[in-house]
Amino acid sequence: MKKLISGWTLIKLYTILVYAWMFAPIVAVVILAFNPQQFGTFPLEGFSFKWFVKLSQNSTIMEAFQNSLVLGSLTAIFATAIGVPAALAFIRYEFRGKDFLNTMLIAPIMIPEVVLGVALLLFIRWLQQPKSFALLLIGHVVLTLPYVLLIVQARLVGIKREYEEAALSLGASPFQTFREITFPLLAPAIFAGMLFAFTISFDDVTATLFWATAQNQTVPVKIFSMLRTSISPEINALGAVMIVLTVSIPLAAGYVARRFARGNTP
Amino acid sequence: MKEKPWKPWLLLSPSLTAVFLLLVIPVCFVVVYSFWLRAPSGQDIPAFQFGNYAKFFADFFYPVILLNTIRVALETVFICLIMGYIPAYFFYRTESRLKPFLMILVMLPFWISFIIRTLSWINILGDSGLINHLLLKSGLISSPIPMLYNEGAVIMGLIQYLLPFMILNIYVSLDGIDKSLAEAAKSLGCTEWQAFREVTLPLSMPGVSAGCLLVFVLTCGTYLPPMILGGPGNEMIANLIFKRVIGTLDWPFGSAISVILLLLLVIIVYTYNRYMGINQIFKSLSKG
Repeated sequence: MKKLISGWTLIKLYTILVYAWMFAPIVAVVILAFNPQQFGTFPLEGFSFKWFVKLSQNSTIMEAFQNSLVLGSLTAIFATAIGVPAALAFIRYEFRGKDFLNTMLIAPIMIPEVVLGVALLLFIRWLQQPKSFALLLIGHVVLTLPYVLLIVQARLVGIKREYEEAALSLGASPFQTFREITFPLLAPAIFAGMLFAFTISFDDVTATLFWATAQNQTVPVKIFSMLRTSISPEINALGAVMIVLTVSIPLAAGYVARRFARGNTP
Repeated sequence: MKEKPWKPWLLLSPSLTAVFLLLVIPVCFVVVYSFWLRAPSGQDIPAFQFGNYAKFFADFFYPVILLNTIRVALETVFICLIMGYIPAYFFYRTESRLKPFLMILVMLPFWISFIIRTLSWINILGDSGLINHLLLKSGLISSPIPMLYNEGAVIMGLIQYLLPFMILNIYVSLDGIDKSLAEAAKSLGCTEWQAFREVTLPLSMPGVSAGCLLVFVLTCGTYLPPMILGGPGNEMIANLIFKRVIGTLDWPFGSAISVILLLLLVIIVYTYNRYMGINQIFKSLSKG
């Protein structure tokens, strides 16, 4: 028995090491963002917000932030607007070719972004359209749609159909049933889908490098072009801001969703 | 509920239209373009010829990049598996109250910007990064060891990105295994290790193979880590495509390389699907 315990201790230790490995670089970015030194490197020499101040005065980054926010929000809205009905169709109905279509809609996850980037750009070129914000938005919707489908489908499976049938048998019209029963039950799933779409769009680099013009650069693309020269403390500061933002949004949203769900259960 | 046969199609039509118009047709365009000719003036001439493919395989330059890509992908799969299985097994067996928290931590990197996670390795591996700083300070070395801009650094970045996928895939598979099976094996005289090797490990193979496939496919299409952490010799196939299309505007040749990459992935995914079924991957992705 004693040997068993030591084996388990090793497993624990290993897991802790993997965690440390996974998070050390991320923690380093946040720590170095506060290093007042000229080069964003170790050792730490004090504590200062100067790079954050400098960041907030950098108008091109602020512009990129704005672009990213607008693009991410619009992508989230469009991707869920077309993704949620599709998820409903797959979970709530039986029809021919269902499995094939489901795989076809989700398979784009496996297609490399570079290929998607080339493909859409080639298509636009053939149509003789210039690169534009619309292209970027369309591309991001296609990019995020499979994830929205996966998330919403997984949540939908958990919603019992009996609730809807009960409402219908009690005399509610199909529309009333959707408004009063299905939609409130579905809301957390829709919300999760939107959040995921937003994050993926906000985060995307590779495909965006193909589609973006000089006017609608996003934050990651901006970071990428800044990196060409060297890693500056400003990049660490920007990284720290992005980490805090992208981590706190889903955590807060999860908290709100849980509160919301608890309020809904009788 | 009265079933109206057209209703699911109505619900599906926006997604299907979008994917068909913006993905299926454009990818077909790439295939068609890969047979076109590029005039010396830079114009693309419609044609049906295999010159672009012949150019790819004409000398060692391009195939070596393809082989490098496959090698890096295999190495990444292997290290992810070694690093990922034990934490996944830990989640399966632990009864700690911290388990939900630890699971969220595994998924946390999904929410953190990919480019930030990639470049964060510069702070660790760079000449004035954490490791060199500590080694210099302790007096073990007198000048920094170059650790960046090589294949090792690229793989570090790739694992950082892909390890959560591997852990989750294995965990989902492990989680479906009845713990009493291993208990039964032990009560019949197996040791803990034997019970794991003979019962739990084989039953977790669907998750292991799904994780491996996902990591392999995602590595093959990767663009950013070789760009940021790699040197000139660590180019992967995606970097080549980008350079040909955006850099030299050679659309037909860029298309041909894209088709080669797609074909490689299709063959692998198809083979996998024949034997394992692709749905396992989607199952664990939706948990993420």
